[in-house]
Amino acid sequence: MSFPWAKHYQPTSEFGKYMDSRLPLPRFIYGALGAGYPTPKNLNYFYNFGVLAGVALVIQIITGVVLGMHYAANTGIAFDSVEHIMRDVNSGWMIRYMHAVGASFFFAVVYVHIFRGLYYGSYKPPREVLWLLGLVIFLLMMATAFMGYVLVWGQMSFWGATVITNLFSAVPIVGEAIHTWLLGGFAPDNATLNRFFSLHYLLPFIIFGVIILHVWALHIPGSNNPTGVDVKGPQDTVPFHPYYTAKDFFGLGVYLTLFSVFVFFLPNALGEVDNYVPANPLSTPTHIVPEWYLLPFYAILKAFTTDFLLVKAKLWGVIAMLAAIVLLFFLPWLDTSPVRSNRYRPLNRIFFWIFVADCLVLGYCGGQLAVEPWVRIGQLAAAYYFAHFLIIIPLIARFEKTLPLPNSISESVLAKYGKPPASGSAGTLGGTAPQPAE
Amino acid sequence: MASETSVSAASGAHGDGLPPEGERRRDFLYVATGAFAAVGAAAVVVPLVNQMNPSADVLALASIDLDLTPIQPGQAIVASWRGKPIFARQLTPQEIATANAVDIKTLRDPQTLAERTKPGNEKWLITLGVCTHLGCVPLGAREGENRGDYGGYYCPCHGSQYDIAGRIRGGPAPKNLEVPTYAFKSPTSVTIG
Ligand code: FES
Repeated sequence: MSFPWAKHYQPTSEFGKYMDSRLPLPRFIYGALGAGYPTPKNLNYFYNFGVLAGVALVIQIITGVVLGMHYAANTGIAFDSVEHIMRDVNSGWMIRYMHAVGASFFFAVVYVHIFRGLYYGSYKPPREVLWLLGLVIFLLMMATAFMGYVLVWGQMSFWGATVITNLFSAVPIVGEAIHTWLLGGFAPDNATLNRFFSLHYLLPFIIFGVIILHVWALHIPGSNNPTGVDVKGPQDTVPFHPYYTAKDFFGLGVYLTLFSVFVFFLPNALGEVDNYVPANPLSTPTHIVPEWYLLPFYAILKAFTTDFLLVKAKLWGVIAMLAAIVLLFFLPWLDTSPVRSNRYRPLNRIFFWIFVADCLVLGYCGGQLAVEPWVRIGQLAAAYYFAHFLIIIPLIARFEKTLPLPNSISESVLAKYGKPPASGSAGTLGGTAPQPAE
Repeated sequence: MASETSVSAASGAHGDGLPPEGERRRDFLYVATGAFAAVGAAAVVVPLVNQMNPSADVLALASIDLDLTPIQPGQAIVASWRGKPIFARQLTPQEIATANAVDIKTLRDPQTLAERTKPGNEKWLITLGVCTHLGCVPLGAREGENRGDYGGYYCPCHGSQYDIAGRIRGGPAPKNLEVPTYAFKSPTSVTIG
């Protein structure tokens, strides 16, 4: 892959030469994450979030494997074993909080990563497959997070599992059979808990595999960049190492600081108190909500309250929730505008921010009880979500008058920072704060 | 093209005695091997998928006896059957009248109260306490719980409303609360299951 001016790996030591002709792992890393990977020189801090997501996954895998040494996947003792981790296991409380907070942080990072891709048009050719693989990772993450949440076997675990597995019973004819098959019974029970534990342990490694494909697909065209303009020559790039390794490490420091604040001072801020009540199959908590990162989709599920077009409201809700995710897979072909970055798409930029607001409204409605005005607001926001992808984006792509693109990354960078090279570098530095809406 | 010809020529040279065009012995072997492998894989997949279905102990049917004597008119109790809640309610005469006054043609899942109870025992309404939307336990069986706009059951999860006969009246649920199979053992006790 990569550009013709990419530097080539030169083993320096005897051992390096020995390995290079047998297992050229250092050469591989040099080309993928080292000085041999030329990267657009104008990447801002929003481009840190891919690496951060990778780190978040590693934190989940390490803490998860450790938790698995103390957890017992049996409905009789699962809840108690989690409390055992919290109270008795050495540092167990910290490891569990890292895992729970880590899941929230993983999603937060991935959402920024996805919206970054939306803003700068990173889903557009030639990066469609990269985008699709990212969505696969997102789906796997949702499945993994859901099953992990069930393992605690608190009230929210149990009723979350009940509600989510019941989604499948909306499928005509075979729905009930699928539902029973997923649960291994007629309600969530020991069989369900055991299989969820097994799959929760497996899926992160599958995610890891898809991430390798995702990074591979990234390295073929190389990173997109805030201008959305293709790399034209060596003056547009810098080597990944040390430029972006340094930038990523700085971002990582900020991330881990924030992560620690939550783990040590606000460990339950992102969770639901009801999950500290052991599962009770005879009593539903007054208010069932998924974790915050699934709330927008939950709002879309709840938006359908009456049957129409001969389809039951329940099935509509399920179809809509799935469609909300599946639509994203079609985005590269719905948005036909040849300009990638919203920097040069004044109209699309406005609707991008409206879409962000819409997702936040959906998330808020998803967390509310099914009463007015939240039902109606949720319905409108859900309708807008679909209109954004199916109507607004294709229309904008056709009719928008885009701004003139810079001739190259280099030209855009120089136009912004480099014009008067002698005068006050401090002043220009002040303008380098990465803001997507500039 | 060129490589194809050379392959056929080569196999011809190995003496399978067939012309370069048409089906060769090796083509047949490829298809036969592939088909055999597919059947073998399917034979392994079936048990691997089927193991996730309910196991024998889960399937073993359990039935429970329910004593109805403690239930006063207008009250309900919650019992557990096969891991699911059961609502048993004694309707008052007014409640029966309300339920019968509804024009069932207007219902999402049209059923009369009589169809949901046993003949001669219309005042005993026994249903699963499982919302037909996504399976939450509706409120309304216990004292002081929200019974919704139709005075029956209210599901807090996504706002489904059931009337006094357990029929779906509003919200996303598609069906009435399910009536399990049961029989009266005596005027005040039933066997469920
Ligand atoms: S589960 Fe009862 S309304 Fe959704």
